[in-house]
Amino acid sequence: MMMRGLWKLTWIEIKVFMREPLGAFGTIGFPVLVFLIVGRSAGRNIPATSLAANSFLRVGLPVLASLLIAVSSVLSLVTIISIYREGGILKRLRATPLRPQTILTAQVVVKLILTVSTLALMLLAGKRYYPVNVHVPLFGFTIALVISTLSILSIGFLIASIVPTARFAQPIGAAILYPMIAVSGLFTPVSSMPPVLQAIARVLPITYAVSLMEGIWKGDAWSAHIGDVAALAVVFFVCTALSAKVFRWE
Amino acid sequence: MSTVKTPRPVIQVSGIRKTYGRTVAVDEVSFEVNDGEIFGLIGPNGAGKTTTMECVEGIRKPDRGTISVLGLDPFREVYQLQERIGVQLQQAQLQKRIKVWEAVDLWASLYRKKSVDGERLLEQLGLVDKRDAWFMNLSGGQKQRLFIALALINDPEVVFLDELTTGLDPQARRAIWELVRGIRERGKTVFLTTHLMEEAERLCDRVAIIEHGRIIDIDTPQRLVDRHCPERIVVLATADSAAEERFRAIPRIESVVRSDLQFTIRGRGDDLVTEVIHCLSENRIRVTDFRMIVPNLEDVFLKLTGRSIRD
Repeated sequence: MMMRGLWKLTWIEIKVFMREPLGAFGTIGFPVLVFLIVGRSAGRNIPATSLAANSFLRVGLPVLASLLIAVSSVLSLVTIISIYREGGILKRLRATPLRPQTILTAQVVVKLILTVSTLALMLLAGKRYYPVNVHVPLFGFTIALVISTLSILSIGFLIASIVPTARFAQPIGAAILYPMIAVSGLFTPVSSMPPVLQAIARVLPITYAVSLMEGIWKGDAWSAHIGDVAALAVVFFVCTALSAKVFRWE
Repeated sequence: MSTVKTPRPVIQVSGIRKTYGRTVAVDEVSFEVNDGEIFGLIGPNGAGKTTTMECVEGIRKPDRGTISVLGLDPFREVYQLQERIGVQLQQAQLQKRIKVWEAVDLWASLYRKKSVDGERLLEQLGLVDKRDAWFMNLSGGQKQRLFIALALINDPEVVFLDELTTGLDPQARRAIWELVRGIRERGKTVFLTTHLMEEAERLCDRVAIIEHGRIIDIDTPQRLVDRHCPERIVVLATADSAAEERFRAIPRIESVVRSDLQFTIRGRGDDLVTEVIHCLSENRIRVTDFRMIVPNLEDVFLKLTGRSIRD
């Protein structure tokens, strides 16, 4: 069987991750905390009647938090892959009947599970403590987040293939991914950016992730976002194909 | 040591070559490993031991040459092969916070055939009270014992051990040697690498000496010593003033070096010691010290390569 050992490996990876001192909090707790703290202070300081504040609280902040969830999953993936490579863990796993794709798929599944459970936690906490009521198509939004995460994960794999040592993995990953959020259209709409930034935003995958998540959060139909999904899919396939070529196991 | 039966090779390596960029890691390497023996590939660090072993395990593909393990091509039929071999890699790690039993359980689930009883394996390897410990909290010896457990979980026919005892203290090392002998007792073939000549001498039925990527000689440790280092040395101490002259009269003596009361007598062949003792008793020479220095693999290596393996 191709995927022999996948579920056992995935389950072990989840357990190993939860045993990390900062693993659970850093990846699950942090985005939720940012979401709640910023939400509360924004809800208190800006008059609820302000249109901008309302739209930020209703759409911008939840999408930003979701994006942070995805990015922190990806950074954690990049770090883990490079630590496993440096420690010879990848090589050790490979010298078993485990298929290479099984070893890497387990990591992706762990990160997706993590992303979705963080989202669930955020929504649960939001229901109680968030200053405005939001009604979102939950299932659709979860799918949108999963698609976005998968696409960003593939960039993460490419970064993990290239970074020389585990020590550089996290900073290099952060230096590539966080600026993408800045020009993603989350803070300023892409159409009102200077032409150069617009051009940059158009080639960065996170822009499409933001557009997709914002749209679905607001209740758009999927048909309105086929372009976003297609762009994210292209990024996924290109990055996966590239990393399959350059990925180093040791 | 070796039992009387015709050796059946389970590993056949013929003329392999592997280069990394412009560095030739191994070249023209050929050898056979027989069923049920402990075969050691010995040489200094960087000699090409690990590269050779990883080619045989199917982890690397040699640029040239052929390898057959249990009748399989290790590179093309790597998954079939992995079902039937057990591997311990040099300097490998596991997930820091994986528990001992989880690693054994995971490994047991990866093989098609029914694995051996993991709990019993942990018991045999003295890891039972560590079964809930995280990998990162194990000592060097415990980690190596866990890796042996993982290498044995699928009841393999051939076990590969790469620098198994490097970094272990002498006591842990001896314990591991016992375990490796135990693997042979179960009828399995062991292929190991080491840069410790003592380890090779005590553990291996046959060894291949490798240096600069080439195999220099292959045989049992004893025969290698006999072939390359036939000289014997007797060191003794005596106050007898006539002794030096008597010693020089012993047949086939190569040299007698005197330093104060101590004499170092060099000669060839196993008869040297008898000749010296004979000379002592015949001339009633009273000695206060008598030692013989028998060459070992370390000396063979020095002789063959012109340098010590520790350099």
